[in-house]
Amino acid sequence: MPKTKINIKNISYFYGEKQALNNVTLDVPEKEITVFFGPAGGGKTTILRLINRLNDLVEGTKLEGKIYVDGRDIYSPETNVPDLRRQVGMVFALPLPLPGTVRENVLYGPMLAHINGRAQEDEILYRSLSQAALWDEVKDRLDDPASELSGGQQQRLCIARSLALEPDVLLLDEPTSGLDPISTAKVEESLFALKEEYTIIIVPHSIQQAGRVADRAAFFLMGELIEYKPGKELFTNPQQEKTEDYITGRFG
Amino acid sequence: MNPPDKTQRNWSTFFIEALIRLLGFSSIGFVLLIFLFLLQEGIPAFFQVPLGNLLSELWYPTFDLYGILPLLLGSLLITLTAILIAVPLSVGTAVLVREAAPPWVREVLKPMIEALAGIPSVVLGFLGMTLVAPIVQKLGAPTGLTAFTGALILAYMSMPTIISVAEDALDTVPKSYRDAGLSMGATKWQTIWRVVVPAARSGIVTAVMLGLGRAIGETMAVMMVTGNAARMPLSLDSLFRPARTMTATIAAEMGEVAHGSIHYHMLFGIGLILFTLTFIINLIAASTIFKKRKKGGLR
Amino acid sequence: MKKRYLTQKVGFSLLVIAALVVVLPILLVIGIIVARGIGAIDWTYLTTMPLEGMKEGGIFPAILGTLLLTLGTAVAAIPVGVGGAIYLSEYARDTVLTRAIRLAIINLAGIPSVVYGLFGLGLFVLFLNFGTSILAGSLTLAIMTMPIIISSAEEALRAVPTEFRTVSASLGGSRWQGIRHIVLPQALPGIITGVILGLLRAAGETAPILFTVAAFYLPRLPRSIFDQTMALPYHLYVISTQVPGMPVQMQYGTALVLLIFVLSLNIFASVIRSYYRRKREW
Repeated sequence: MPKTKINIKNISYFYGEKQALNNVTLDVPEKEITVFFGPAGGGKTTILRLINRLNDLVEGTKLEGKIYVDGRDIYSPETNVPDLRRQVGMVFALPLPLPGTVRENVLYGPMLAHINGRAQEDEILYRSLSQAALWDEVKDRLDDPASELSGGQQQRLCIARSLALEPDVLLLDEPTSGLDPISTAKVEESLFALKEEYTIIIVPHSIQQAGRVADRAAFFLMGELIEYKPGKELFTNPQQEKTEDYITGRFG
Repeated sequence: MNPPDKTQRNWSTFFIEALIRLLGFSSIGFVLLIFLFLLQEGIPAFFQVPLGNLLSELWYPTFDLYGILPLLLGSLLITLTAILIAVPLSVGTAVLVREAAPPWVREVLKPMIEALAGIPSVVLGFLGMTLVAPIVQKLGAPTGLTAFTGALILAYMSMPTIISVAEDALDTVPKSYRDAGLSMGATKWQTIWRVVVPAARSGIVTAVMLGLGRAIGETMAVMMVTGNAARMPLSLDSLFRPARTMTATIAAEMGEVAHGSIHYHMLFGIGLILFTLTFIINLIAASTIFKKRKKGGLR
Repeated sequence: MKKRYLTQKVGFSLLVIAALVVVLPILLVIGIIVARGIGAIDWTYLTTMPLEGMKEGGIFPAILGTLLLTLGTAVAAIPVGVGGAIYLSEYARDTVLTRAIRLAIINLAGIPSVVYGLFGLGLFVLFLNFGTSILAGSLTLAIMTMPIIISSAEEALRAVPTEFRTVSASLGGSRWQGIRHIVLPQALPGIITGVILGLLRAAGETAPILFTVAAFYLPRLPRSIFDQTMALPYHLYVISTQVPGMPVQMQYGTALVLLIFVLSLNIFASVIRSYYRRKREW
């Protein structure tokens, strides 16, 4: 069993009156791909956005329980939130390139962290775009507007943009939901390469994808964690009836 | 990864954000400041001048006669006449460009109406004097500089506001309302007046209120074309006689009064009345805006 | 059945007539000012001092005065207006205080211009002892312009998609960094448009400057921001009401210069708006 990177302890979460998560506890291991899956509204995205405190931006919410990254309580007052978000990167469901060029997109995070200098910037560009399996396609288009890339390229650009900050953890929220099968395969390939160095949590956009990429898998249903174990076990031999029903397509 | 100037940078961010908050609150500060100054300079007038004098029909500051009724009624007469002229024309135009005419009509009309909104009031006043007044006189008025001339100019000055706010109001009416009207066999015309316009009613009220506020506060154009006679507009032909508004009185007389005199305080007192009137008018307009927001932010 | 469609036809015709009654006078008025004023405008008119009790010579001090006042207004109103807009769009939550601020802005926008003039006289000219000066006039115009800038800038800021702010935050950006690097640059064309619309309003106003800065006639140019100045709108008022025997062409000339100044700003604003609307990537 590899080292634990993220401990989630008894998390409950509310949007106003509505409860989105109910007493969820799980440990995410380092340098593996952990999959959060389940029907829509199960709380998968919410939990992702809690791990890098993006949900701070939403008004009128309430959190109970604790989340630790590297053993540190990320909701303690001492946490520097921008630093946490640099450590825990996020890729969203839709490709969301920022206005500007490919180069500006990749270097946006480093720029905010005051990392600059030509040599360093070039190194970051090459490293992160290669890791996202995009370098060969855009190396001659670094100064083109990011919005001119194809959808699949834009999404890999967003992955590269997160990788530019050398995070420990990468959170991906249905990163291939808008992509064609070939682009999807490319993104998945880059994920396999990335798990050598990064802890990855992904909300897949289909059961099939969950099966393909999961080292460990967690099944969420209506804000509750139903089952959590190594991917192969969970998809071939689920213990919970609800998990089995969902995997075999009886609902959802 | 950790830049050395980190604490310093956080301080500058903290400073900027504090400044932004301060600037955000400043609007309240300015409204209060304006109100306080008007109170401080205007209230003494209401103590120094006996009530009987204040409510008399004569405004002759040279003889210490400070009857504000002719000014108040002059403002009301001119403003209400202006609104009566402006509302049907403006709402008609808004309905035409939003509901009845092809899009190019709007593309043509919009810049002209924006241009009208941009013409300085002193230019309109000047044109009122040189172009409109002679026509009014030809219609039989003893002079061209009358309440009606002012109302006409004011009507045009308030049209851009009314048209654009009314247009927005019509725009917020869901398309399904129109479809429902048409599918029940109503003509386009019937659908507009029985379904769409009633649905946009509160927005159109806002438009009229904002136009009213704009008209009652207008100064230069009114001062130049109404003849500025402070007389009670009580007879039927008052509309075609000179009149004088509160705004014009302040503008015309403030330059000549001694600071601290009764007349000076009196002019601030009139300013206070104007402030209060527009405050109430805008409050009514705003309340319909806020109500609309509450009902549904998304449309 | 026939009658209903006849009603519709008559009705639509009435609407067209209403629109024509609104629009034709605008065209007529602009046409007349151009036709009668164009003859007065030449290089001398624009660049020399008035002569012979303003009945001859040029209107240079008035033009310069209006430029100075507009500039002064911009310097004072832009930071406050844009800052206020950033607060409302990016920081303010829906609280009682925020509602009070919005109400205050709506009311500021509705206060009559002559009341701003009184306020400027009371606060800047007398209380702060700036005297009738460019400083007092600019500040008065700035407060009057502020609500216009705030509302249009806020609208421009809100039009920038929320996702950009989220992405910026997810990359370790503070809220201010997201505003500074993404939101503000994207909203800039809209903000500039709003600023111009506010400033052209200030440039054309007369009532707020009557008792705060405007000089009836000043046979020299202003020397500092504590000096009085002539200004185009007030000059037009003066030569059309206070100077007997004023040549009509001189009056129309001044009106035309003012109109060109204001309308060209207006057109400039809409050009910026439509150009960037086509160019933007979202």
